[in-house]
Amino acid sequence: MINFQYLRTTVVKTALGLVSKDPKATFIAGGTNLVDLMKRGVTAPEKLIDINHLPLKQIELKNNILHIGALVSNSALAENAIVAAKFPLLMLALQSGASAQLRNVATVGGNMMQRTRCGYFYDTTMPCNKREPGTGCGAIGGYNRMHAIFGTSASCIAVHPSDMCVGLAALDAQVVIAGTKGERKINFVDFHRLAGTTPEKDNNLQKGELIVRLEIPVNNLNKHIHYLKVRDRSSYAFALVSVAAALEIKDGSITNVRLAMGGVAHKPWRLTTAEAFLKGKTATPANFEEAAKLAMKDAKGFGENDFKLKLAPNSIIEALTIAKSKA
Amino acid sequence: MAEIDTNQSGDTRRDFLKKSTLITALSLTPLTVLKAADNKVDEQFAELFEKIPLNLKVNNKPFSLKVEPRVTLLDLLREQLRLTGTKKGCDHGQCGACTVHVDGVRVNSCLSLAVMNEGKSITTIEGLANGDVLHPMQAAFIKHDGFQCGYCTPGQIMSAVACIREGHANSKEEIREYMSGNICRCGAYPNIIDAIQEVKEKGAAI
Repeated sequence: MINFQYLRTTVVKTALGLVSKDPKATFIAGGTNLVDLMKRGVTAPEKLIDINHLPLKQIELKNNILHIGALVSNSALAENAIVAAKFPLLMLALQSGASAQLRNVATVGGNMMQRTRCGYFYDTTMPCNKREPGTGCGAIGGYNRMHAIFGTSASCIAVHPSDMCVGLAALDAQVVIAGTKGERKINFVDFHRLAGTTPEKDNNLQKGELIVRLEIPVNNLNKHIHYLKVRDRSSYAFALVSVAAALEIKDGSITNVRLAMGGVAHKPWRLTTAEAFLKGKTATPANFEEAAKLAMKDAKGFGENDFKLKLAPNSIIEALTIAKSKA
Repeated sequence: MAEIDTNQSGDTRRDFLKKSTLITALSLTPLTVLKAADNKVDEQFAELFEKIPLNLKVNNKPFSLKVEPRVTLLDLLREQLRLTGTKKGCDHGQCGACTVHVDGVRVNSCLSLAVMNEGKSITTIEGLANGDVLHPMQAAFIKHDGFQCGYCTPGQIMSAVACIREGHANSKEEIREYMSGNICRCGAYPNIIDAIQEVKEKGAAI
């Protein structure tokens, strides 16, 4: 690992000042992804600002909105009683990500900021527009079994690797971001970006800005929920395809529905068309199948990942079926 | 408090000052001479400014150290403190061989920068036994043949202890899920699970 300067602070403003002024400085929280990237030479910041001592570790329910500090660990969030009772979908998504050791250290903000696990991004001898803009995409026409089928571009077909983020996209979370000029709030689904012509940008955070907390409005989606993760081994592997499904069913008909997918796009992929179709319909296998079909409308395979074109709709149907069956 | 001198050459501050005078002198000499002479001095120079003080406890013993920011907790334990029980497997957080407890919480020490552990209390496999008396988990691993080559074992045992303390060892399925961050290439998984279940069922405080 190339050496760097290390600074820590207990004050958000100081941290923001340090990173916004210095193009080669970056924040470090849990570091479970960043340290790995630095070891591999994918990234080489000259200055790390340790933000672990900032006061951003609270989990609080205020006016029916759950506030989650950006430095809450993935395991602390997954084990939280309010999350278990009111947002079990988020709990399931968190539990299916990484390993117990990683979840103990990885933070909520860091989970959102983690980079893709595309092999070409990690291998510094390979072309990658995300790592080094203009060098090309190795995955298009290369090894792309893990790659995207939705919202792809000619410059990048990498996927966002998070499970937590798929749950948050489904739950209409909001992200509170601090900058040197104050705070701003954006919808979680607008936080991450599609690759387009700027795959080097994973999200809409500006240089020097810091995620300070998430806000999730309380909903009634705490019963018919499921997070289905399909992967190469039954635990501790990234998703080939994952589905967050939540239904509210009254007298057999769907009054509220949320669907989001992981492992299929450059960002957590919310299935709005399928949701719109299901709302007001009965929770039947035929309707689930039709919803899955609508969700797959613009999907595109790249060879090795063509299997996802079948796996994805099947997973949507399966997740909805399991969610419905939960009492 | 145990003091570990991380400056391998044993230089004192006075030595450094002498050398910085040397740098000044050399800067007035031709470039070729300077190149030949100053590489080592340069390293010393950098070292003094780049090492950061670090105070932490390892297995209840306090240490005051100086480390480069890029040193991981794993390398600090193995290379500087000579606690080689904690193993380096993949060095990328994928295998769990480097699992230690930081303030009682299991982590992959390979992905933790040592300097980020200021003031923390680290427990490694060396800190589990009580003198010559094995920790119940160590004894259970032996009893159940919870290993073959043994390389992943320190990480498995540290993870297993945490798994019970976290309350995630209530069934074989739950143990499998919560131990998935520890890979065993020999495939001793069924015996590892038996060992964990036995310790859990005996109910002793661990």
